[in-house]
Amino acid sequence: MTEALLEIKDLKTYFHTENGVVPSVDGVSFSIKKGETIAVVGESGSGKSVTSLSIMGLVGSPGKIVGGEVLFEGKDLTAISKRDMRKLRGNDIAMIFQEPLTSLNPLFTVGNQISESIKLHQNASKEQAKVKSIEMLRKVGIPRPEKVYSSYPHLLSGGMRQRVMIAMALSCNPKLLIADEPTTALDVTIQAQILQLMRNLIHENDTSILLITHDLGVVAEMVDTVIVMYAGHVVEYTDVYTLFKEPKHPYTKGLLDSTPKIHELKDELQSIEGTVPTPGSITQGCRFQTRCPLASGKCFTEDPELKEIAQNHKVRCWLHEEGEVAI
Amino acid sequence: MVHIMEKKNKQQAKEEQYLLEVKGLKKYFDVSEGWLKKEKQYLKAVDDIDFYVKQGETLGIVGESGCGKSTTGNLIMQLLDKTEGEILFEGVDLSTLKGEALRKKRAEIQMIFQDPFSSLNPRMRVFEIIAEPLRTHQAAKGKKLENQVYELMEVVGLDRSYARRYPHEFSGGQRQRIGIARALALKPKLIICDEPVSALDVSIQSQILNLMAKLQKDFQLTYIFIAHGLPAVKHISDRVAVMYLGKIVEITTKEKLFHQPFHPYTEGLLSAVPIPDPTLREQKHRIILEGDMPSPANPPSGCRFHTRCPYAQEQCKGEEPKLIEEKPDHFVACHFPLKEGHGVLIDQ
Ligand SMILES: Nc1ncnc2c1ncn2[C@@H]1O[C@H](COP(=O)(O)OP(=O)(O)OP(=O)(O)O)[C@@H](O)[C@H]1O
Ligand SMILES: Nc1ncnc2c1ncn2[C@@H]1O[C@H](COP(=O)(O)OP(=O)(O)O)[C@@H](O)[C@H]1O
Ligand code: SF4
Ligand code: SF4
Ligand SMILES: [Mg+2]
Ligand SMILES: [Mg+2]
Repeated sequence: MTEALLEIKDLKTYFHTENGVVPSVDGVSFSIKKGETIAVVGESGSGKSVTSLSIMGLVGSPGKIVGGEVLFEGKDLTAISKRDMRKLRGNDIAMIFQEPLTSLNPLFTVGNQISESIKLHQNASKEQAKVKSIEMLRKVGIPRPEKVYSSYPHLLSGGMRQRVMIAMALSCNPKLLIADEPTTALDVTIQAQILQLMRNLIHENDTSILLITHDLGVVAEMVDTVIVMYAGHVVEYTDVYTLFKEPKHPYTKGLLDSTPKIHELKDELQSIEGTVPTPGSITQGCRFQTRCPLASGKCFTEDPELKEIAQNHKVRCWLHEEGEVAI
Repeated sequence: MVHIMEKKNKQQAKEEQYLLEVKGLKKYFDVSEGWLKKEKQYLKAVDDIDFYVKQGETLGIVGESGCGKSTTGNLIMQLLDKTEGEILFEGVDLSTLKGEALRKKRAEIQMIFQDPFSSLNPRMRVFEIIAEPLRTHQAAKGKKLENQVYELMEVVGLDRSYARRYPHEFSGGQRQRIGIARALALKPKLIICDEPVSALDVSIQSQILNLMAKLQKDFQLTYIFIAHGLPAVKHISDRVAVMYLGKIVEITTKEKLFHQPFHPYTEGLLSAVPIPDPTLREQKHRIILEGDMPSPANPPSGCRFHTRCPYAQEQCKGEEPKLIEEKPDHFVACHFPLKEGHGVLIDQ
């Protein structure tokens, strides 16, 4: 087995708010191999974005990493200096967000922003940076890249802006790309273009990708491995085929059953009762107990742990503790 | 002669079943810049569309942002003035009604909005929000009003104890339930749902979709269900209309549309939806539509889709295709309707 590029061990990121401590990420562990594409899925508020921000060292007050390690090529990112972290960001690790407009500076041209980042991270001259920028814009499928190079971000469509963000993120050949809902704000035909672009890039380079999404369709089409999060916990962790074929956690099953199956003629639609609790509001037992159709006894008093129930298949649920019945 | 009469009668019988019929509907927004400019500039948000909705069915309307879905809904709701065309509700053109007659008919059409966060008055308690339409239409008062509000809350799955709370105390799904209760209050015949689940998590989306399907059965409701994506309309619709840049490009039953689309845009739209089954990854027939959506203020000539259509030919640039009934109950606006369009339904 190849060594992990990124290994997260028992990561805890808490927000200290007026209403108490919110354990948004509460003991999350997983790893990403070189060239692997991994998805983090879960409903709104499950802790997906906070996980990715924690990796990037971008959690702001009142949030704080209060425990665990983020090992990138063996180095703990939670322990390195701000300066070293900045150097890593945009170089070895790059990130793209849902709404590219918020991460592009409206006052500077697209070209200015890409070449700045190339100059900064690759010691390139102004001329070299411009050539490289235009090459990157072309590579992500932007028509007339020279023109876009000198445009301001707000003049571009959502899809074009996301391409610019991807060009910028990839301009320094990162080893890890973190994409937080990169296509959620886009129309579906534009989403298909961006996903196709990402698929091609995965093929061409050996970039590892951490894809955050709430869309199981996107997961099914894009990734190797899936992490399902619920209320700050990883509740299931396995390869994409196993997850769709043999989901073990009741939450994963609920999510799959409530996803519309556009390719099936029959259309029953199951749902999960109730709503996602705020992390920390359930202090005893399993965090899914309030919505779980199978909750009983122990579920209300003790929190299960993430256990390996088969090779490369981990589940956090009392039903899958050794010897107990499978559902 | 007899023949013609017969046909006419049939036509009439058909029309009588329609709860709503839209004919040649247009909405042009004036977007001329500067008041000095002589040349007026119009944004053709809805440009000559025709469709009908039968009593008790759900018509889905899909298309990407800006294609004119909400404008269509708002026109039917009389929230916007039409530029041209007819909107017949139970055979009556609403724009010809006045006073009490208009008020009455209006109450029979209600709307549910996308954003449950901004569509409810933040300063009103749940009880008041649901009671308001009953009050303004003087449908009930006193104890009767109270009972009706509680009944509506129960019907949409809201606990009575929530009546005194404010909208911000609720989750997105619960707010959408409040919106639905309010829309149901006056016992409407038609409900226009403008992306009612787009802002919600999937597990909550399915709760709301299932609730709406149940209410439709229980109260014999007719829905127009607007969504930007096909997955959301698939579950609830009987027929689906696909819009592109202010035009309806295809309209037919859900099964036909998902199985074998005739219009190239529908085919591309279907193909763009990621399928939640990793084993179909390699098998999937991918048609990736290139380019961006053109601006409706300056739509392409001829067929508006020609700039992105993989099948476009010379004729498409100059001549606008009309919506015609290519096969029974299957309407398409394309010079070269697909003979073997790729749907997404996979035979199991
Ligand atoms: N600045 C903050 N202050 C307090 N709580 C926060 C803050 N940021 C996030 N949280 C809480 O942390 C939890 C996880 O948030 P996170 O943004 O990671 O969710 P997510 O899974 O990315 O959801 P979405 O799908 O909506 O993007 C939520 O309960 C959220 O309210
Ligand atoms: N009040 C308005 N003034 C000018 N343009 C408008 C107005 N309302 C909508 N539009 C334009 O009409 C087109 C269709 O809008 P809309 O019906 O809201 O689209 P959809 O609901 O399909 O996303 C868009 O280009 C939109 O910008
Ligand atoms: S531990 Fe109990 S409540 Fe939690 S998911 Fe499993 S069965 Fe449901
Ligand atoms: S009319 Fe021409 S351009 Fe338009 S959809 Fe049909 S084939 Fe494509
Ligand atoms: Mg997020
Ligand atoms: Mg709209």
